[in-house]
Amino acid sequence: MSTSKILIRGAKVLGGDVQDVLIEGERIAEVGTGLSADGAQVIEADGQILLPGLVDLHTHLREPGREDSETVLTGTRAAAKGGFTAVHAMANTFPVADTAGVVEQVWRLGKESGYCDVQPVGAVTVGLEGKQLAELGAMHDSAAGVVVFSDDGKCVDDAVIMRRALEYVKAFDGVIAQHAQEPRLTEGAQMNEGIVSAELGLGGWPAVAEESIISRDVLLAAHVGSRVHICHLSTAGSVEIVRWAKSKGWNVTAEVTPHHLLLTDELVRSYNPVYKVNPPLRTEKDVMALREALADGTIDCVATDHAPHPHEDKDCEWGAAAMGMVGLETALSVVQQTMVETGMLDWAAVADRMSFRPAEIGRLGGHGRPVAAGEPANIVLVDPAYRGNVDPTGFASRSRNTPYEGRELPGRVTHTFLRGHATVSGGELA
Amino acid sequence: MKRHLISTSDLSRDDAILILDTAEEMARVADRPIKKLPTLRGRTVVNLFFEDSTRTRISFEAAAKRLSADVINFSAKGSSVSKGESLKDTALTLQAMGADAVVVRHHASGAPHRLAGSGWLDGSVINAGDGTHEHPTQALLDAFTMRRHLAGAADGGPTMHQGPGDGTGRDLAGRKITIVGDVLHSRVARSNVHLLHTLGAEVTLVAPPTLLPIGVESWPCEVSYDLDAVIPKSDAVMMLRVQRERMNAAFFPTEREYARRYGLDGDRMARMQEHALVMHPGPMNRGMEISAEVADSHRSTIVEQVANGVSIRMAVMYLLLGGNEPAVAAANPTRTEETPK
Repeated sequence: MSTSKILIRGAKVLGGDVQDVLIEGERIAEVGTGLSADGAQVIEADGQILLPGLVDLHTHLREPGREDSETVLTGTRAAAKGGFTAVHAMANTFPVADTAGVVEQVWRLGKESGYCDVQPVGAVTVGLEGKQLAELGAMHDSAAGVVVFSDDGKCVDDAVIMRRALEYVKAFDGVIAQHAQEPRLTEGAQMNEGIVSAELGLGGWPAVAEESIISRDVLLAAHVGSRVHICHLSTAGSVEIVRWAKSKGWNVTAEVTPHHLLLTDELVRSYNPVYKVNPPLRTEKDVMALREALADGTIDCVATDHAPHPHEDKDCEWGAAAMGMVGLETALSVVQQTMVETGMLDWAAVADRMSFRPAEIGRLGGHGRPVAAGEPANIVLVDPAYRGNVDPTGFASRSRNTPYEGRELPGRVTHTFLRGHATVSGGELA
Repeated sequence: MKRHLISTSDLSRDDAILILDTAEEMARVADRPIKKLPTLRGRTVVNLFFEDSTRTRISFEAAAKRLSADVINFSAKGSSVSKGESLKDTALTLQAMGADAVVVRHHASGAPHRLAGSGWLDGSVINAGDGTHEHPTQALLDAFTMRRHLAGAADGGPTMHQGPGDGTGRDLAGRKITIVGDVLHSRVARSNVHLLHTLGAEVTLVAPPTLLPIGVESWPCEVSYDLDAVIPKSDAVMMLRVQRERMNAAFFPTEREYARRYGLDGDRMARMQEHALVMHPGPMNRGMEISAEVADSHRSTIVEQVANGVSIRMAVMYLLLGGNEPAVAAANPTRTEETPK
């Protein structure tokens, strides 16, 4: 079988110089100018940005258990459309991904999908109950090779369990990704606690519920010499704590979601549950602090926290609605709007925050690699000049719970390549 | 008038005064041998109560019946809702039955807002209390009661009760209203703060800091932790119900400590101004936020508030369901005092 050749001509690699990229088989064969198109399928990419395939540390693909909202197949199709070549799938499925069997199932479903690599995240505790450590070693040793462990959706709030988990995964360079939410401070919590919650009479979700857990966990990580990753930072105070921990040289990493870079709790005044999310939308001041932290590297990466829900779980009163938003298909556009078009990040830095850093945190060898000869051909092409209104009916995700419906966002993924194979071509699934 | 009544913050001063003035007209109906107007004949009002509240429900029911509307009471308990029916499906059912107005009481803040804005039903939505958000008709009946007592003097100053009709056309400019108790969980407090501010009153909230919401500093009112300092300056003191269970969540240490620091007893009442009122939206916890002596005193408007509730709810339904009739016509006594055929 002859290896296929694809020549991407004239893209701005990482937003910099215009270059040609030649893909042969699964790898990048050559990067340069005036490359020969001989025998290659040519993609004219004038004006487009070429980035390494995006990596998401935080998605909910819902399979097994909630296939009515998403499956690994539909979720990876959404990921490909969003420019991702690898996504981490959180463990809060039914059954919970707390055994080697379940993580291997998810990993296998990802392989079969062919749209995007799926790296399962293992639960930290059995059934996400925060009481007993799950078999972290078995999940690591499984075919899924789990490195990131998280009870996401729930906080590992018991300080001893958290300490032990942090220590235990050092044996295989694992990382605990903490969903920082002090449970007692957030009983009945519905939205950010502040001026808007006071008026709307919705249960307040104080910033301190997040910040107190982050404070404790960075100290624990320092104490036991482990690495900890903080999921979906949402407050200005959390940024300060992580910045302080990093200044100490502690092994702390953090992520921010696209929606926390753009949206604020003012939107909740509509009582439209499409804005209900965990952690909640915060204030303008928090949004600005998160953008600055992503720009200066305090926050390592963008992660979508893609959280599909069936229509009926959002088409109801606020209090009864599920928390979460889909995000894979809009993430890069939101980052372009909030970070690139504000001049806070250039495209090379976007590649860092959405590919290099998350791949490094998750220890994903084949992703987040430089655009250079010999590297796996995980590549995304973005048309930054595109402007369009978000239309959820066109989503590849099975769910439609986007907060951006009808909103104009910039940029569009035109092509995604997973190991040289086009998963998205001309903006459509290949 | 708008088509729905969800929050008192949606009411302009003119809207609020129109409702209060219309309620004065409605109150006169109650004094007649036949307490009924034909105004809403053939219209259907649904009382959609997801939360038990006999007091509010019968008040709305009496108001709708006095306007000759057909009234359907829908209680969530033992209904399709207890079998898992969603708010949307309940709304679609009511829509299919042709509800002209839906009076909704719901445990979730924002549920009436959602019903009004979802397109699930065409009728007017009247918020009869949603979670810890708002209870606009309660605030309107409170303002109505205050206006009768406090806005009626010829010189514009406060007077004691002069009889029905006092204050028509006026607002509550300069009156000092104190609201005491569990503001955090109170929809009555939220609705009152907006409405009383709109009507020109100066509102002071008094509560232990644990029972005030974070963010209260953005409200158009003053906040105090010291009831004794505020009482002598108040034209009306409104006591909010405080659930005894709150102490289990550490909002305050004990019932007795709460009553000592934030309850209204005879000693505190004695330091009120001569004309000042004691109010309570009910149901009361006698001995907790209010002593029996105070609740039963001549200053207390608590029973009067209940009676005024029917007039206010008649006014609200009349104005919302008046359809294309101009607001002026709605306030015209010759129309409202039409004798039943």
